[in-house]
Amino acid sequence: MLVDSPPEQRAETAPAPPTRRAIRVLGLFASVALLVLVALASIAIGAKSLPLGDVWHGLFHDSGTYADVVVDDRISRTVLGLLAGAALGLSGAVLQALTRNPLADPGLLGINAGASAAVVTAITYFGVTSLSGYVWFAFAGAAVVGALVWFLGGSRGATPVRLALAGTAISAALYGYLQAVMIMDDAALSKMRFWTVGSLASATGSTITQVAPFFAVGTVVALLLARPLNAVAMGDDTARALGANLNRTRALAMLSATVLCGAATAACGPIVFVGLMVPHVVRSFTGPDLRWILPYATILSPVLLLGADVLGRMIARPAELQVGIVTAVIGGPVFIYLVRRRRTAQL
Amino acid sequence: MTATSTQALRTRAVRTGGLSLRLDLRAFTVVVLLLVCALAASVVLIGTGDFPIPAGDVLKTLFGGGDAGQEFIVNELRLPRVLVGLLVGAALGLGGALFQSISRNPLGSPDVLGLSQGSTAGALVMIVLFSGSATAVTLGALVGGLVTGLAIYLLAWKQGVHGYRLVLVGIGVSAVVTAVNGYLITKADLVDAARAVVWMTGSLNGRDWTQVWPLLALCAVLLPLVLANARGLRMMEMGDDVSYALGVRVERVRLLLMVAAVLLTSAATAAAGPVGFVALTAPQLARRLTRSPGPNLVPSLCMGATLLVTADWASQRAFGADQLPVGVVTGVLGGVYLLWLLVTERKAGRI
Repeated sequence: MLVDSPPEQRAETAPAPPTRRAIRVLGLFASVALLVLVALASIAIGAKSLPLGDVWHGLFHDSGTYADVVVDDRISRTVLGLLAGAALGLSGAVLQALTRNPLADPGLLGINAGASAAVVTAITYFGVTSLSGYVWFAFAGAAVVGALVWFLGGSRGATPVRLALAGTAISAALYGYLQAVMIMDDAALSKMRFWTVGSLASATGSTITQVAPFFAVGTVVALLLARPLNAVAMGDDTARALGANLNRTRALAMLSATVLCGAATAACGPIVFVGLMVPHVVRSFTGPDLRWILPYATILSPVLLLGADVLGRMIARPAELQVGIVTAVIGGPVFIYLVRRRRTAQL
Repeated sequence: MTATSTQALRTRAVRTGGLSLRLDLRAFTVVVLLLVCALAASVVLIGTGDFPIPAGDVLKTLFGGGDAGQEFIVNELRLPRVLVGLLVGAALGLGGALFQSISRNPLGSPDVLGLSQGSTAGALVMIVLFSGSATAVTLGALVGGLVTGLAIYLLAWKQGVHGYRLVLVGIGVSAVVTAVNGYLITKADLVDAARAVVWMTGSLNGRDWTQVWPLLALCAVLLPLVLANARGLRMMEMGDDVSYALGVRVERVRLLLMVAAVLLTSAATAAAGPVGFVALTAPQLARRLTRSPGPNLVPSLCMGATLLVTADWASQRAFGADQLPVGVVTGVLGGVYLLWLLVTERKAGRI
């Protein structure tokens, strides 16, 4: 703070006026309420729809009736949707801030390519066939590629452009490998084509307990990074002058994004669009302050993911449409509308 | 405009009579070298296959002096395939350079903007829903690409097309179309799905003269048109307002070049499938080789052609004739080359 700045200038640099702040806090609560509603809908709606009373009964007075079993079954799916949605949105927001590129998404840094390549390897060369078996392979692939992108991108001297280029290059190489395997091995193709669209249907309690610790660590680190990332957004020199530790911030941001997105991809396949779109939507009403963007993205992304999942179950009843397809088909037009409606807040 | 001192060192003015031309020596050398590489790779590629022909015989046959057997193999079987490869690579390289310059984003290539996915959707509809013939698939891909291009332009239009909005709208469209493609593949039976995946990888197998002529005609029309507008494009990189002031009709040039880029990319994709990463990497590689600012249209074009033909040759040599589609190799080659560039440029401290 400048001590001798004139009063009117001081008024400008003061934090956002209380009314706007209040609106944002209220908005956050409204988003949480929306999330609860969507989560309840996700438990109630499906091939067999349940009234809300039964949902309540199944959640809090589980006595083993038919409806309670259905509720149990759908809880794991809903919880995974909540966790994965939050992770994808948060990692997208962090990556966009880190690379200072509005097009950054987990796919850009090669995380999806790494996970996909690992899963196809698991299917073809290790004979893994169950979805729960893919989880660790996908996670390991995402982590290895995330680390590789970090080192090739220049590790301590990483710049946004170099990270993006390294990610693109590694993705290119890995997708070549992926397609080669899929062309030569029909069995891998028949499994991979379902994995790559992204779905919550395979959720089980054990999948969730496997990946939950990663979600927790990643979320905490990402949320703590809001302030340093705000400084990084002003450019390297300004950030350094403001006292931000650039290398540490970049390393931690990369780490949290890889952990979050790797875990989400491992659990439900590559669902890219959530991580790309939600931060843009959020930015259009919060402005560029990451201290608001990150919490909003954490809450609104699962709303999108679960909402899309519910819709996918309603449209194609009694079968279902994979959530990755629904998110993109619904999210795409909304995204385009937002891009057109106003000048999307630049990074 | 005055040239800076560094530019004065690397460019020469060529004057003959009333005409004068500014020549960027380094860019010129790069273009010549790339052309030589592309032609050399083509000759070697024609000689590669189940029936190998030495390079000398290939050249002799191309100029009309080979025996009947070689003549048939070279002129009927392998030459059209190589020509399709060269043209597709050139079209993708040029289209990629145009898109990256218009969107002012190195990631704004047709792969990212959804054009390739649009072509893929057209082809998949033909393969999965109609089990169509190869011609139907080609037409479907062409229509899919053009419709997607039109949709992106119209959706991004709002008192003019802004580069940033164009890229974001393209990404939105791309996501929707990719999801539709994924849906189509999960719905297909396994035989159709396998056929679709081969098509989606991009392949030059079995291409003949019927694919060469339309592509060649299109390139012959579009290339002069694009190059005539290259000056305007170069000025547009300074921003819309500055280029208006310098006398460029920004919106007109942009529309024209976008239509050209969409046509080039769609035609290339229809002929060989969405060969990955050529449009993304070729302009980047060309720019780094020429070290010259601006869209680098001709170097990108030559780089695309060289990249694709070399990749096809590598795939034939490494895995045997027609085993692995070229798209697999362009992905791996382009990726590895980009990585190598990253590492060397980092050592030289340039990025």
